[in-house]
Amino acid sequence: MKYIVAVIQPDKLDAVLDRLTEKEIHLVTVTSVLGRGRQKGVSEVYRSHKEVGSLLRKVKLEIAVNEAYVQPTIEAIKTAARTGDIGDGKIFVLDLAECIRIRTGETGGPAIG
Amino acid sequence: MSHLRRLTAFLFTTEIALCAMAAQDLAADNAAPAQTVASVASLDSGDTAWVLISAALVLLMTPGLAFFYGGLVRKKNVLSVLMQCLMMIGLITIHWVICGYSLAFGPDIGGVIGGLDWAGLRGVTGEPGSYAPTIPHNVFMIYQAMFAVITPALIIGAFAERMRFSSFCVFSLLWATFVYAPVCHWVWGEGGFLRKMGALDFAGGTVVHINAGLAALAAALILGKRHGFTKTISPPHSLPFAVLGASLLWFGWFGFNAGSALSAGGLAGSAFVATHVAASTAAFAWAILDSLHHSRPTALGIITGAVAGLVAVTPAAGFITPLGAMGIGLSVSIICWLSVTYMKPLLGYDDSLDAYGVHGVGGIWGAIATGLWASKAVNPAGADGLFHGNPALLVIQLKAVAVTAAYAFVCSCLLLKLVNLALPLRVSEREERVGLDLSLHSEAAYTLID
Repeated sequence: MKYIVAVIQPDKLDAVLDRLTEKEIHLVTVTSVLGRGRQKGVSEVYRSHKEVGSLLRKVKLEIAVNEAYVQPTIEAIKTAARTGDIGDGKIFVLDLAECIRIRTGETGGPAIG
Repeated sequence: MSHLRRLTAFLFTTEIALCAMAAQDLAADNAAPAQTVASVASLDSGDTAWVLISAALVLLMTPGLAFFYGGLVRKKNVLSVLMQCLMMIGLITIHWVICGYSLAFGPDIGGVIGGLDWAGLRGVTGEPGSYAPTIPHNVFMIYQAMFAVITPALIIGAFAERMRFSSFCVFSLLWATFVYAPVCHWVWGEGGFLRKMGALDFAGGTVVHINAGLAALAAALILGKRHGFTKTISPPHSLPFAVLGASLLWFGWFGFNAGSALSAGGLAGSAFVATHVAASTAAFAWAILDSLHHSRPTALGIITGAVAGLVAVTPAAGFITPLGAMGIGLSVSIICWLSVTYMKPLLGYDDSLDAYGVHGVGGIWGAIATGLWASKAVNPAGADGLFHGNPALLVIQLKAVAVTAAYAFVCSCLLLKLVNLALPLRVSEREERVGLDLSLHSEAAYTLID
């Protein structure tokens, strides 16, 4: 079991979700986050004053998957979120120690579903 | 407003027959009328209705301003700004009843202040007063109360996100007494020296906007910058709120300007049209300026332009043609845009929400512009401006601007220093970091979880 965390451009969320659905990966948690990397801020202008935010708006996806789905998930995110510009984001893959479905009490791979 | 009163008196004579008929009807309706027939005859129900509605419209501007300012501050300070605006409604209304109205409009003392004869609103009844012969005196009084409320509220934009609430309340009370009331008397009070000099201020360009704008500059300079200015101050937390607030201001401004005719007739209509044309032109012009300079028109820009247009047309509303209003709207947009884009960073003060940059600068330009575009063809009780062959009015307007601006700035500085002796003006650095909503009011505007 792996826990995949991806930080992507907000405007790529729909494309990534569509691609995940195509690969029958439905379990996903999405959060709106702020973060920064090498990409400089998108400037916003308020009454003629440019504000280059040091933190950028991003979307974070968290997906728990069984081994068979690790590569398809990475592939889906990698292809759908990519524009080729700085700031496309990153994918992190973590080992997942346990998963428990609250409704049934199932544990491990079957709980991920 | 002597010109207004004369005009209303003139209109009144043409409507005397109608009024007399109304008086007979009223006398017949009231079995034991306390009023004399003469006073009933001079009241006009249309005028009274319009000024009552205008008073309600002007009241709405203060909550409108609260949302305009509230949207522009950070999330952690939005309630503090709403609180300050709403507190002005409470506090200044009480002050107005107790002494404010009398100091501003009461029997003249030396051209500089009103006497306390009307303190506690003694003698301010449903009978017409001397300021507006066709409406009850108490209607005129409550209409003016709304102006007294919004003027100190405008200053909030300069010290938002860092002033202590108690110091703010004390300062505002002192300011209403020692700045608003006298300046209001000079310009509008019977016997006021600027009024006698012939300065034109239809609806409060001098009394409200220059006055509050210069107090704002004083506050920005004396309180100092917010921590982190300009590096780590977040952008406006809710521009939709700011747009909503500006829209409410625009709506309420019809009461502010057209209501200042103190009658429901052609003059009110003319002021209404001028107000709307100036605001629309200024909003449009600001969007163009933003497009040219930043390659994008902005929402904050278009509403700032609208407010600047409304500010500048205020002193001129009842004296100018629709095309004159367009000229004022276009010119004020350019001037205020330059002031917030170049002057503010150049001078380096933290007028957080541009209370001086828009109300001060726009108000000064409006008063000067009145000296340019005013026309007797529009309002015979007014005067001709420079563009209509009379440079003398421009000189008078400049004098009125200089006197008001200097007095408002110096007196506001002194009052702030005075308050600071007894109460610190600023919150602590930690309170400022946490945000005034939590540290001063123990409330939060937005919950994170439903």
